[in-house]
Amino acid sequence: MKRTQIYLDHGATTPVRREVIDAMMPYLTEQYGNPSSVHSFGQRASAGLEDARHSIAKSLDCLPEEVVFTGCGSESDNLALRGTMWAARGAGKSNHLITCSIEHKAILETAYQLSNTAGFDVTVLPVDKFGKIDLAELEAAIRPETALITIMAANNEIGTLQPIEEIGKIAHRMGIYFHTDAIQAVASNNWSLRSSSIDLMSLSPHKFYGPKGIGILFVRSGIPLVSTLTGGGQEDGRRSGTSNVAFAVGAAEALRLAVAERESNNEHYLNLTRELINGILGKFGEDVTLTGHPTERLTHNASFAFRDLSGNDLLRYLDISGVYASSGSACLTGDPQPSAVLNALGLSPEWTRGGLRLTVGRQNTISDVQYVLDILPGIIDKMRNLRSIIS
Amino acid sequence: MNLRQMAGDFSELTAPKRIVVAMSGGVDSSVAAALLVKAGHDVVGMMMRLWSEPETDLRVSHNRCCTPDQIADARRVAQQLDIPFFVLDSKEIFYQAVVQPFIQEHEKGRTPNPCIECNRTIRFNYLLEQAMAVDADYLATGHYARIRQNAGQFQLLRAHDLNKDQSYVLHVLGQRELARSLFPVGGYRKEEVRKLAQEFGLTVAEKSESMDLCFLADGNYRRFLDERTIYPSQPGLIETSNGDVVGQHQGLSNHTIGQRKGLGIALGRPMFVISKDVKRNVLTIGSRDEVMQSQLHANRINWLSGEPPAEEFRTEAKIRYRANAMPARVKNVGKDEATVVFDQPVFGVTPGQGVTFYDQEVCLGGGIIVNEEQL
Repeated sequence: MKRTQIYLDHGATTPVRREVIDAMMPYLTEQYGNPSSVHSFGQRASAGLEDARHSIAKSLDCLPEEVVFTGCGSESDNLALRGTMWAARGAGKSNHLITCSIEHKAILETAYQLSNTAGFDVTVLPVDKFGKIDLAELEAAIRPETALITIMAANNEIGTLQPIEEIGKIAHRMGIYFHTDAIQAVASNNWSLRSSSIDLMSLSPHKFYGPKGIGILFVRSGIPLVSTLTGGGQEDGRRSGTSNVAFAVGAAEALRLAVAERESNNEHYLNLTRELINGILGKFGEDVTLTGHPTERLTHNASFAFRDLSGNDLLRYLDISGVYASSGSACLTGDPQPSAVLNALGLSPEWTRGGLRLTVGRQNTISDVQYVLDILPGIIDKMRNLRSIIS
Repeated sequence: MNLRQMAGDFSELTAPKRIVVAMSGGVDSSVAAALLVKAGHDVVGMMMRLWSEPETDLRVSHNRCCTPDQIADARRVAQQLDIPFFVLDSKEIFYQAVVQPFIQEHEKGRTPNPCIECNRTIRFNYLLEQAMAVDADYLATGHYARIRQNAGQFQLLRAHDLNKDQSYVLHVLGQRELARSLFPVGGYRKEEVRKLAQEFGLTVAEKSESMDLCFLADGNYRRFLDERTIYPSQPGLIETSNGDVVGQHQGLSNHTIGQRKGLGIALGRPMFVISKDVKRNVLTIGSRDEVMQSQLHANRINWLSGEPPAEEFRTEAKIRYRANAMPARVKNVGKDEATVVFDQPVFGVTPGQGVTFYDQEVCLGGGIIVNEEQL
């Protein structure tokens, strides 16, 4: 049975663009060689891989050798943290890592593991009600043995942007490296890494219409990094494993298009999210709150918390009505926990299960937004009635 | 037009309907969903998360239903059928409406049937409301029973497969629930359902039967109750009906009326549990004759039609899930209670269990068996 299908979960993943698939296809069919092979097949594959690296370097305004291909965004985060922390320990005294409470689990879990199993010290900075860290608190947390600060460019759940250039400057002043997880933010920002204070940056191409199964880590030249995936020494010894040429080519093409279309995409996204935010705040008044920063946020993110409502249940009703969204407390097995991010913003328990994240994409239209605004009041009414019937 | 004369005839639902299927990850509900999908309906799978063991236990001892494994199985079936699938967090309402009373009944020395309470307050109330809230026309489950429309009334019928008949635990439904429920496998035999699962290529076709209570991790009543009751089971005396002390029990909740095995008593003749005295913490045992009873009282009576057939009527009464229905007369039918007098004494009348009344294949209603002192 055909239903309306409005995909509003581009923060989770995006469809692969036709241009990207076309760029990848030759490397899945004719040019299937292993770039490490000596023969011509290998050489042509290697050319594809290195062209992709150059293209990405151009898009980010950095050096090709600063681009490391990994298996996914989480792996980029893992490599950035483990790689720099182990290298710092190997070099001597540095043992301390600073992060914040609303980082993605790829950061937080890695930091906890470094702390729990290898004796690294981790400081987790709090955030304010908008999800921003306090720069003075950051400075106060820095110690002589601090090796790395890792703060995300934009939060995946609530879209808040962090002042990453300022953070990087503080880090550099203190002789500390700065990593940012820019997985949600890559497509909306204008990157000039050459003149930036970012030392390491994680990217995930499937968030900007590229394929899943490949990640990118920018590592500034000269930054020592211990490999966390050892073997044949691919990626200049920083990440072993047979190079995924086709996906690297796809990632490069997706990033090139994202950079080229950044302004028009951002404008399109903002038009849609502005309508969503104004519409939802207007319709639900006191029973809803915008989560994240009102202005310093990702252009494609409209995130909310509803009072005394299960975000997990809301997703079900939206799905039945053909709208595919997400919630910070979503759970596939019916055991939803309150959203850790909403908790960290200081929202009380009556709000933290009621998260709703709508992330728009290129193919969404204003009529998609109108449809959501039309059906949402009925759904919320129904949910509130149902709860009073049952209890 | 009679939309569904019998559960097996759900395909007669002419126009495509939106139907929520309560999925458990087992064979029966999976086939129920598949049959409805094949018949062209707009099917939505739902599974209730009723229970979760503490996080650390997840991999060692799960309860039998609604564990992540069962959820994964149900999700896989939904994917195979290309239907949406949702897990409902129902732990709180299930604990309050089913588990808590289960514990309290045990504390009172009774042997409750939580499936009856679950159908009364969870499946055909809470879940039914959830289904209606997504604009479903029906809620379908994998129960073995049938629904028939007869002279403007909905009737609950025993399953074709009498070995699997679950009308006993469905006697709590009313006209409103029957009008909105479908039991797609109720017209099939279990072997046929298994065969259908194979024909449909469902991944769960080979799964074994779940036999015990869904929230008992390992079938161990005593451990479950001891961890949750304020009256942990205490050792006490075992007596015969004339007061002779013949042994010791390790806790009354380990025992149920009619139980023969596991008493640890050797008196040279078969002995059965005939009653439990919670106040004195005494288990009374006796001969088979002593456990036979020709009369019982029940409360919380429900009639599927909404009305009792008469103040007094002949019926066949079933006193536990796996018992045969026995000829009896129902008397003194009140608003909420009734007395049942059997033609021949029956074995193992157990307070807390249900009693259901049948006229041939039609389940008329039922109630919960009570102790004399509850009257």
